[in-house]
Amino acid sequence: MTDLTKLTIADARDLLKKGDITSRELTEAHIEAVEAADALNAYIAKTPEMALEMADKADAKIKAGEQTGMTGIPVGIKDLFATKGVHTQACSHILDGFKPEYESTVSQKLWDDGAVMLGKLNMDEFAMGSSNETSYYGPVKNPWRRGDTDTVPGGSSGGSVASVAGFAAMGATASDTGGSIRQPASFTGTFGFKPTYGRCSRYGMVAFASSLDQAGTITRTVRDGAIMMESIAGFDAKDSTSVDLPVPNFEAALTGDIRGMKIGIPQEYHLAGMPGEIEALWHQGIEWMKAAGAEIVDINLPHTKYALPTYYIVAPAEASSNLARYDGVRYGLRETVQGGGLVDMYEATRAAGFGDEVKRRIMIGTYVLSAGYYDAYYLKAQKVRQLIANDFKRAFEKVDAILTPTAPSAAFAPGEKSDDPIAMYLNDVFTVPASLAGLPGSSVPAGLDANGLPLGLQILGKPWDEETVFKVSGVMEEAANFTAKPAEWWR
Amino acid sequence: MSDIDKATVAKIARLARIKIEEDKLEPLAGELNNILGWVEQLDEVNTDDIEPMSSVVDAKLRWRQDEVTDGDKQASVLKNAPNAEYGFFAVPKVIE
Repeated sequence: MTDLTKLTIADARDLLKKGDITSRELTEAHIEAVEAADALNAYIAKTPEMALEMADKADAKIKAGEQTGMTGIPVGIKDLFATKGVHTQACSHILDGFKPEYESTVSQKLWDDGAVMLGKLNMDEFAMGSSNETSYYGPVKNPWRRGDTDTVPGGSSGGSVASVAGFAAMGATASDTGGSIRQPASFTGTFGFKPTYGRCSRYGMVAFASSLDQAGTITRTVRDGAIMMESIAGFDAKDSTSVDLPVPNFEAALTGDIRGMKIGIPQEYHLAGMPGEIEALWHQGIEWMKAAGAEIVDINLPHTKYALPTYYIVAPAEASSNLARYDGVRYGLRETVQGGGLVDMYEATRAAGFGDEVKRRIMIGTYVLSAGYYDAYYLKAQKVRQLIANDFKRAFEKVDAILTPTAPSAAFAPGEKSDDPIAMYLNDVFTVPASLAGLPGSSVPAGLDANGLPLGLQILGKPWDEETVFKVSGVMEEAANFTAKPAEWWR
Repeated sequence: MSDIDKATVAKIARLARIKIEEDKLEPLAGELNNILGWVEQLDEVNTDDIEPMSSVVDAKLRWRQDEVTDGDKQASVLKNAPNAEYGFFAVPKVIE
């Protein structure tokens, strides 16, 4: 029998339909793979009994002729999606012991389609990080190594990408605030997809920066991403920013035909000091698009360089407000002070419960929102955000999609950037602008660097035009023919 | 513009309700100044007559009938509380 963990979701769907395999077999193989992948530290809570129960239900569903794309498919869930009765802490100590009494809409949609939960996935604490080094549960290891040296999987969806790249899940949910789906996908040779802001419900997602947070997927192929995205997308009355639009058949968009399509190349993304390999890969991507019949158009996004500083005002400001709820009263950790009062409890709880990066961002957010500084920082950033969104609006009058590198480097070694917050923030230089504008985007594995580490190319689309992003991603995937696999050192 | 000193860090920490030990104030001031110094490049951008963007979604907030759609979940609400008594969240004594 072939190794069931190496199947794509699309292949597994077909085999399940034909009755060649059962979800139970598929799930058992993955439970074994999850156990064998402990060295990656991708899972921080495993749910094997639940998985088998869900698999049996899925098998019954398939027998009854009610199979949909995700029925019987074992997936991992990023720890910031609330899962009823199961560990949900956004990998923070402050949510110690929290088991929600409700289910996030995104995960509920997967379960409604018959998907199988393998467990909860590691991430940067509250999704604040680009290397998965800020998790309370320890760093995640990238299945891809630089020779014998470990590398980080990127972040914040580090567990999501490591589980999928390490064949310990067929797909994983992820979330993107400034690049937390696309950058780690690039670091691990996986396909990351972030839809338009408002496409997926944020209900039951642990909030980081509410005007930016958006759910998405990590899979090994573009088709798998289309299948999984279709399952999790859709209007939800429980999220006031969820938009009531029909969900297209994303898989049907994978026609392979981009002839006559206009692909924009933003001149501002040619960064000084960027590795030559990344420039070269980008150029290669342009050639692939041309060969497929697309027209390449140079475009300008003049406010690109201001996206990161804008993000590092807007996101911490929203975070400081969202994270005010962790006070030791209603859930999670509580630290009391001998003889102290309520405020002492708040301060002690938050001091003990938040990690350094989270504290740093809460402090920045509190400062930029405080009396006397609000206009100079927060209001200013909101105005520049508008200019960044306008740049894209203007560009999309001329082009159908935009092609850029996903990240300015390949995966780096642990500790390499964790001492310098700004160096870490620069990881997201190519992903943050689209997040600020709420645009759909993907990262497609496109090649390897000289050290044998994966590199991705980013494709961005117009609001609500996920189909074009999938279509172009599919063509890119075929042209790149990325078949490299990490050596399975962790098994 | 930004010149955060120890006293300012202590004030922000108080506003954010995070206890910061005395010996951590100075290093944190340095870190915050670095980050704020970096974001201040936004001052170069002319934003006259630009509306601040608070949401990428154009849609107005939806209205619904003002009626109870959920509730009667006291046990669920209190389930994760570090301390709950008599059907309430319990906290350290506030008034002597």
